[in-house]
Amino acid sequence: MSLRTVARVAAAVFRESVRDRVLYSIVAFAALVTGASLLISQLTAGQDVKIIKDLGLAAMSLFGAFIAIFIGIGLVAKEVEKKSVYSLLAKPVRRSELVIGKYAGLVLTLAINLAVMTLVWYGVLAYYAFTAEELVRKSWEAPALDPRMLQAVYLIFVQLMLVTAIAVFFSTFSTSSMLSALFTIGFFIAGQFSADLRNFESVVSSPVVALITRALYYVLPNMAAFDLKAAVVHGRPVAGLELAAATGYGLLYVAALLLASIVIFTRRDFK
Amino acid sequence: MLPAIQTDQLTKDFRVGFWRPRPYRALDGLTLDVQPGEVFGFLGPNGAGKTTTLKLLMQLIYPTGGRAFILGRPVGDLDVRRRIGYLPENPYFYDYLTAEELLTYFAGLFGLSGEERRQRVSTLLDEVGLGAERRLQLRKFSKGMVQRVGIAQALVNRPELLFLDEPMSGLDPLGRRDIRALILRLRDQGTTIFFSSHILSDAETLCSRVAVLAGGRLAAAGRLSEMVAYDLRGWELVVSGLDAERLRPFASRATRITTIDATRSTLELPKDAPVSALVSELTAAGAAIVSLNPLHATLEEFFVQKVQAAGSAREGAIQDTRRSSRRTGGGA
Repeated sequence: MSLRTVARVAAAVFRESVRDRVLYSIVAFAALVTGASLLISQLTAGQDVKIIKDLGLAAMSLFGAFIAIFIGIGLVAKEVEKKSVYSLLAKPVRRSELVIGKYAGLVLTLAINLAVMTLVWYGVLAYYAFTAEELVRKSWEAPALDPRMLQAVYLIFVQLMLVTAIAVFFSTFSTSSMLSALFTIGFFIAGQFSADLRNFESVVSSPVVALITRALYYVLPNMAAFDLKAAVVHGRPVAGLELAAATGYGLLYVAALLLASIVIFTRRDFK
Repeated sequence: MLPAIQTDQLTKDFRVGFWRPRPYRALDGLTLDVQPGEVFGFLGPNGAGKTTTLKLLMQLIYPTGGRAFILGRPVGDLDVRRRIGYLPENPYFYDYLTAEELLTYFAGLFGLSGEERRQRVSTLLDEVGLGAERRLQLRKFSKGMVQRVGIAQALVNRPELLFLDEPMSGLDPLGRRDIRALILRLRDQGTTIFFSSHILSDAETLCSRVAVLAGGRLAAAGRLSEMVAYDLRGWELVVSGLDAERLRPFASRATRITTIDATRSTLELPKDAPVSALVSELTAAGAAIVSLNPLHATLEEFFVQKVQAAGSAREGAIQDTRRSSRRTGGGA
């Protein structure tokens, strides 16, 4: 695999996706967080910062997932559907380089998008930190500009890497970008409830159903593993091991999905 | 000399149908070779298997049977792809990139350095007539402009061998003329060109050799001059200075006499007519010879004849298969 080719594909994806929908999502995020904070400032003192933290993290995760899914699908499925892949694959580019390059390009886009959203979010929080009265500030569970919140942002990033890999995976074999989007959204939502599947077997009597739910629990990505919102908003410390485990889990899942994507994409006929 | 393109019994089946997928043979045992420096026309009606063949050569699809070689190497070889260019049918590129960015991106994939890339892209955009639109995003391009970008991207690496799938599609008459001139210029520079088309006049003006594909099978292949001259239908002789009355003695030797105006007439003669003797007699009778042309079967007639023959052969083959599968109790 040529890293130079991967980098060139990634750079083109980055350029294209930045112009596509990413900027809109950043503007929407900024509008949402600042707009909401204006409304929230009317609420009980002490709760406002917590709500903005919560809202910011939830919005980053949602907007990020939106980009990961819709642009992620577009990367491969739309490319096949619209046949732009034909010209590209006639160049000295291996199909594996195309998959990895596309993935890397979108991950880079997501990283920058997330970084800008984090800056906007910290900006709003900074406004609160500097304008709140001493008494109000003391009532906060954690400082407004708590650097530990970056741990939550980091895991959102790992989660988005995973969502992108799922989108790329589904779009390598589906013939329609709409179907790929539906599969990915389904996987993303089911992954949010993956932990519940584990508990499900204790409440069903049928061993077959128990087996199926157990299998599903292992196959579906456990999105809850990347959610540190509750911990960081309340200022609870997060163990380094927890971060490392979630990262490892996410990266392993990404690697498996990309490998499967390459295998499928390499064998695929572009009819 | 190694052929630029060589296929040996190249075959492709697709599975069609959702519930009970069955194979459909899109290309059936294509054996063909294209020599370096040729402009080779790959002709056939829609659905004949032209695009399937090009996709097999670009390894966008994998063959069910047979083999194919490009520049002496198996298709899909990465080094071969450095030396070829490909324009897909109805190309489409990235909406949010400009023409210049797209070409720079593709040039980069061939390892062209920064300055070399800039120069190449600039020259190419001028060459395909998009110099003024270089900074426009591709989503704002018309179909014809996208086709021109498609041609430019196929030339970005100065290919030795160029594959063009319906290169004139979507172009207006001016665009077609430009692309025809470009193809001839590339040929003069030594580029081998393999292009598919269902527009026969393009093939007539550009190709040294053609292959006619019908129903997934090769119906004919050879030099255009041999194929078309093969069917000399007769002669067309235009004379002036003799009115209908004075032409009457020649009527029995012509298949048809048409009066153009008071002094000019056209005599259509059978292919075995003694043309020289007739010309002498007409001159002696006071006629002036305006023109004498051999009447060939046009490429279109040749094409229709071959395609219809291949169609009925395929129909016969399908009927045979059905009959034999009925006998053996298999599905149709």
